Amino acid sequence: MELLNFVLEAGFWVATIRMATPLIFGTLGELLCERAGVLNLGIEGIMAAGSMAGWTWVYMGGDLWTGVCFAAFIGGLIGLLHALLTVQLGLSQHVTGLGITMLASALSSFVFRMLLPKATTPPKIIPFKAFAIPYLSDLPHVGNVLFNQSALTYLAFALVVVVAYVLFRTPVGLAVRMTGENPMAVEAQGLSVFAIRTWAVVAGSALMAVGGAFLTMSAFDAFYIGMVNGRGWICIALVVFASWKPGKALLGCVLFAAFDAIQMRVQQQSGMAVPYQFYLMMPYVFSIMALIIMSRRAAYPRALLVPFRKGER
Amino acid sequence: MTHTVLKLQGITKTFGPVTANRDVTLELRHGEMLALLGENGAGKTTLMSILFGHYVADAGTVEVFGSVLPEGSPRAALNAGVGMVHQHFTLAGNMTVLENIMLGTEPLTAVRHDAASALRTLRALMDRFCLAVDPAAMVRDLSVGEQQRVEILKVLYRGARILILDEPTSVLTPQEADHLFATLRQLVGEGLSVIFITHKMREVMAASDRCAVLRHGELVFEAVTAETTAGELARAMVGSEIPKPRRPEPREGDEILCLQSVGVAGAGDKQRLRNCSLALKAHEILGIAGVSGNGQSQLADLLAGLVVPETGEIIIAGEGLERPTPAAMIARGVGRVPDDRTGTGLVADMTVEENLSTEVYRLPGFARRGVLNFKALASRAKQLIEAFDVRCPGIDTPVRKLSGGNMQKLILARILSNAPSIIVVNQPTWGLDVGATAYVHQQLLDAAKRGAGVVLISEDLDEIFHLSDRIQVMYQGALSEPLATREATREQVGLLMSGNHASGASRCTSGSNDAGAAA
Repeated sequence: MELLNFVLEAGFWVATIRMATPLIFGTLGELLCERAGVLNLGIEGIMAAGSMAGWTWVYMGGDLWTGVCFAAFIGGLIGLLHALLTVQLGLSQHVTGLGITMLASALSSFVFRMLLPKATTPPKIIPFKAFAIPYLSDLPHVGNVLFNQSALTYLAFALVVVVAYVLFRTPVGLAVRMTGENPMAVEAQGLSVFAIRTWAVVAGSALMAVGGAFLTMSAFDAFYIGMVNGRGWICIALVVFASWKPGKALLGCVLFAAFDAIQMRVQQQSGMAVPYQFYLMMPYVFSIMALIIMSRRAAYPRALLVPFRKGER
Repeated sequence: MTHTVLKLQGITKTFGPVTANRDVTLELRHGEMLALLGENGAGKTTLMSILFGHYVADAGTVEVFGSVLPEGSPRAALNAGVGMVHQHFTLAGNMTVLENIMLGTEPLTAVRHDAASALRTLRALMDRFCLAVDPAAMVRDLSVGEQQRVEILKVLYRGARILILDEPTSVLTPQEADHLFATLRQLVGEGLSVIFITHKMREVMAASDRCAVLRHGELVFEAVTAETTAGELARAMVGSEIPKPRRPEPREGDEILCLQSVGVAGAGDKQRLRNCSLALKAHEILGIAGVSGNGQSQLADLLAGLVVPETGEIIIAGEGLERPTPAAMIARGVGRVPDDRTGTGLVADMTVEENLSTEVYRLPGFARRGVLNFKALASRAKQLIEAFDVRCPGIDTPVRKLSGGNMQKLILARILSNAPSIIVVNQPTWGLDVGATAYVHQQLLDAAKRGAGVVLISEDLDEIFHLSDRIQVMYQGALSEPLATREATREQVGLLMSGNHASGASRCTSGSNDAGAAA
């Protein structure tokens, strides 16, 4: 009963939407890569790099929005590395992705330590503030939840629409989807599979990095080593949950964030009777169950994980 | 029939030590239909892939309407008006027909599809050439014939003036093939030029204006079709006379295999079997014809003991089989030649000797208390590659290094050495050259002569008619009544293949015609 009241509180939903934001960026980014046929397991590391890059930019005196752009740029750069290895050279996407994650995570920590060798408590920046959209935020119930968030959250929601539109309503989106289904069809129509895959991975990685940047520039105001904390892996599961569709991805992100918000609350209230790790585990258990239910019949991109080599069949 | 629209000049292409094309020069004229013939591995597809820009030639040029195409660019070929229908369709199954056709036809920077105008253009094309398909249908739901129509529409939609088709009839029923050639005729009539690749003599003689023959990558023969004969072309293809397999006189034998109303569940993309009955006698070759994907692979798996029937009964030599397993089938003398040589037939990365041992290694003489007797296995392997003329450097060669023909000989060696009473072969000569094909046919005829019964599953009607004593047709998982080969006609079998029992397939039909109606 108490839990029900909690779920009906506006505060719970405000927190849920906030916690969903990095997942939305990450999931959209991963979705874009996979729609083109490239699994990007570098996501965990790319998010870490994004969180570090954006924060550092602002800490060094840059403003917030150029910091977001810088994070996206760094993410795109790492994505380019992933694309060079998996698309141009056709190496294993699993191994390359895990390597990228290790590289990017370690590099972020390394650069952070190099820049601030003496800092014991992490230094802070002035993050994005909640921005109430006039009039809309005054709406009953939903106003405060949806329209009194940080600018990056609005951007995340807008990007769901943009990615869906690009994928399903534009020629370039058709080319991306077709590349994930049958690269030979794309080549036979005179388009470059390499170019399409490379740009999809670069763009997707840039989105992931912005998701990471949200953590240090909006959710918190400092960079901690290991702060991405598995969110990247969750995004990979959410893409499957979403059956590679942006709208369902948004739903999945919000659902997972809600589980997470609930577990935090329950953890605070239950005292020490149950180990807190049990509650930490709950969102993952729920997401595995949701995954089983939602994605049994999911049609995955046929050419996912299949490297394309010109002149071979 | 005057000016040259396409010219291949001195094309040479090597893959490692293999020369796929050597100094090939070929011309295509305005409004003509050119047949490009050759055995498997003669370099036909390579040549067309170079023309279309999938491959880059080591030497030589491609000239279209008087200008040289840049190398390795399908886009340049498309823009120059060359369209290609690949043997393995380049379609995305999870997308609609319209999406497949529109891909790459709009600038990638456009902010919106113009689906409405694309649909108008497409409908106009469909009406003009009698090529009806539902533009909103998912490609995976279409029959193979319809998918080919989509491929042709794709090419026409881009305004191609030169059309290349790689083995276009290999997946079609005879009626669908007729329809295809009628369409091609119409295209040629409107001033397009067509090259089609084939190894079926019948199509060359019936449909082409001119023909060219490739052998071992070289252009060895070129002629106006009306001025040559099928025999001359066959000699040019092979380079020498191939002895025709001889058919022994038919002999009556006892019934050795019987399927009674067997049903098998479908799995994945495998068609379910419905109520299949057949009776195979010793000394007999029973041909199972059908368009690919109608349940042939399930039937082969059933007879191999790989799937269990849901209903009905399998009776071998008068004895019902409770629960068929591969081991039970082997023990009852069933020899199996699967269609997927390197998938289920052989273990490609293991040696010739190991592959030859897979059905006997547990027998006494080859193993003692669970330890293999390598000496016995090796000497058996040596003996078999000698007897079956498997060309390989040695018995420790990995199988993947063998040619398709030698792989098939290896499989035949493995099963025929067990003197099986029943032989189930699925697509036995797929991808083999004429020589190897003749060898396989002779082995099957000899086995039947010795008293084995052969179930010959094949999509090649010529093969079916050439070898079998009786023919049954598989359509959507059901078997037709047997026809005596002597009394059956190709048309009759072709109609059964498209699920039609009545005669008279219409020529210019709507979207849901022939096999499509069944899909």
